[in-house]
Amino acid sequence: MIVVEEKLPKHPDTRILERFDDGTGKNIHPVLDRVRATALKDFKRLGIPAGKNERYRYTAVGKLLDRPFVPLLHPHHRNFKVEEIFRCDIPTLDTLEFTVLNGFFFEEQETLMELPGGVLVGGLRQALKQVPQLAEAYLDNLSNTVNDGLVALNRAMATDGFFMYVPDGMVMDKPVQLVNLVKDDEDIMVQHRSLVILGKDAQAALLICDHALSEQKFISHGLMEVFVGENSAMEITKLQNEHNSMTDLSSLFIRQERNSRVRTNTISLHGGLIRNNLHVILQGEGAENQAYGLFLMDRKQHVDNSVFVDHAAPHCFSNQLYKGVLDDEATGAFDGKILVRPHAQKTEAFQVNKNILLTDHAKMNTKPQLEIYADDVKCTHGATVGQLDEEALFYLRSRGIHEYEARMLLMYAFAHEVIREIKIDPLQDRIHELVDKRLHGELPRCHTCLVDYHK
Amino acid sequence: MLTIKDLHAEIDEKDILKGINLEVHPGEVHAIMGPNGSGKSTLASAVVGRDYVNITQGQILYFREDLTALSPEERALKGIFLSFQYPVEIPGVSMVNFLRAAMNEQRKYKGEGPMSPSDFLKLMREKKTLVGIDSALTNRSVNEGFSGGEKKKNEIFQMAMLEPKLAILDETDSGLDIDALRTVAKGVNALKKPDNATIVITHYQRLLNYIVPDYVHVLYKGKIIKSGGKELAFDLEEKGYDWLKEEYENSLNGSL
Ligand SMILES: Nc1ncnc2c1ncn2[C@@H]1O[C@H](COP(=O)(O)OP(=O)(O)O)[C@@H](O)[C@H]1O
Ligand SMILES: [Mg+2]
Repeated sequence: MIVVEEKLPKHPDTRILERFDDGTGKNIHPVLDRVRATALKDFKRLGIPAGKNERYRYTAVGKLLDRPFVPLLHPHHRNFKVEEIFRCDIPTLDTLEFTVLNGFFFEEQETLMELPGGVLVGGLRQALKQVPQLAEAYLDNLSNTVNDGLVALNRAMATDGFFMYVPDGMVMDKPVQLVNLVKDDEDIMVQHRSLVILGKDAQAALLICDHALSEQKFISHGLMEVFVGENSAMEITKLQNEHNSMTDLSSLFIRQERNSRVRTNTISLHGGLIRNNLHVILQGEGAENQAYGLFLMDRKQHVDNSVFVDHAAPHCFSNQLYKGVLDDEATGAFDGKILVRPHAQKTEAFQVNKNILLTDHAKMNTKPQLEIYADDVKCTHGATVGQLDEEALFYLRSRGIHEYEARMLLMYAFAHEVIREIKIDPLQDRIHELVDKRLHGELPRCHTCLVDYHK
Repeated sequence: MLTIKDLHAEIDEKDILKGINLEVHPGEVHAIMGPNGSGKSTLASAVVGRDYVNITQGQILYFREDLTALSPEERALKGIFLSFQYPVEIPGVSMVNFLRAAMNEQRKYKGEGPMSPSDFLKLMREKKTLVGIDSALTNRSVNEGFSGGEKKKNEIFQMAMLEPKLAILDETDSGLDIDALRTVAKGVNALKKPDNATIVITHYQRLLNYIVPDYVHVLYKGKIIKSGGKELAFDLEEKGYDWLKEEYENSLNGSL
């Protein structure tokens, strides 16, 4: 039997599938099975992105998967409450908090939580059962459009995650907080996917916190699809504060209808290897997208932000601002692309990536790209890689501020341009505080076992 | 309080200062004048400790202590202040945070605790009025989007906050209209005490009508080629620098 299979042309990476294929992911829901079937085909075609893949040139994810790890396909038996293992570090922030543990939605009660106005929040599996027509109509509509082997792998493997539905006209007054936790005794690989749907004239804010609670060499890939209806507004803040042996992969897909407004803020404070894909489709006229990112990396940490903004309709606006500080031997990459389709006239699209290298060993690769097929557009892009402004540093020191503090002030100022774009005030304050602590080296994280698999 | 002895300094291996001697005592106002490119700012930079100014010979003593071994912040904490010719913009660092950091470093150095926020704001208000700086400016980032004149006022405002013993004002008058010049000068004069000293760098005599110097020095090609009382400034205003340059070149030729 094995001989027969060997005859089929197989991408070498499909080895990895065997490690996942214990059958547990099957038959949970027909929609997941359908998605898995197409995803497997995609994965067999694409494989894990390797060095020759332009979009993954600076982040060797292939090597990750060569390591021994345990794919986690079903939730462990849990006999504890989330509060016992994790407390959110943002106490002043009044949010509705939900947890995904090791890729599976963690909730005592089975059914989706129903909030005033018909808002539904809960686990993806549960949503597929409870509101199948809604979940089925949207699931995988965005993530199936990209040629990315990592995304295909997630689509093939993930069977749970977070779900949120905000009906037409519903303005949520509290932000929803999604805490992605990883905790295990083994080096597990976690794949989860989430679905967020906003109807028309709706408003919501989502805070996503990625944490690792033990020091194993985890690999986590969280995929999220966000559908934002006409005239709706959504703010997503993602906070990554993990340890040096954590690999945090994230793929966020957003589709925006007419006159919708979305703002994302991706704040990476710690992590062994972080790769964030952000894929935005401006589908309806007058849609507006603001994508902000801030990363502060040191030691041998690696961070890679890959942003793709697709102007698929006229009169849309997009703005990207990603800023990073790399210390020690940290490495980073930014790959931002703006695509303006032929009929997307009157597009305004901007992109800036600014980086500060604190040592000669830190390294940043930045690649802003414009691909424009419409003629009546306003687009700019730019990138800088440099050191702290020596003139400014001297100015501060000449007023008696010690060099160390002066550097902190300047780095803080550099980061401020991004942080000030977080529009939830208590969250902005808290992130300011976290960044300040991070810059002073006072933010707790695991100091052991550096990742060794990135370039 | 400041003694500069035979100071030679280079920038990028180019000799800029070629043997400066200067003695400043408490309570004095010295003016340093001279054409552009003479080395006036370089001299100021050497005193405050810019690292690209490489001192090759001579000494800078401040209350008998060799300054050259000290970091810029140590010099500042000991009471040396430079009003920059070109104050730098620092986006993202608010004036308030910046000044509070500077004030508190100074207090720490003197063994005092940090200032209470209300005392700090009170002091800011007081000094703002003294130097006539627009209140809104201190709510912004350091120098960001300030006009040339506003930047200069901001320098004097910082000086008023920090109350240095030795203030060096590098071309503080350039870019100021006559009214702004008057308020700035008024501020500087109000800060004058018997135990502090001021070095005013300028190439116009105009400012010296308002901040009256005890001594005037002319710096040319990295050397002080003439020193005198305040009347020297009037001579320069009337006759320009050419006669001095000529006198200097002739003296060089004569000595050959
Ligand atoms: N940062 C610098 N790098 C290189 N050369 C400099 C620098 N600053 C000043 N110089 C040079 O030093 C000389 C003196 O300049 P400066 O001290 O600014 O003169 P002044 O203030 O009298 O106009 C000039 O020839 C100038 O080009
Ligand atoms: Mg000058």
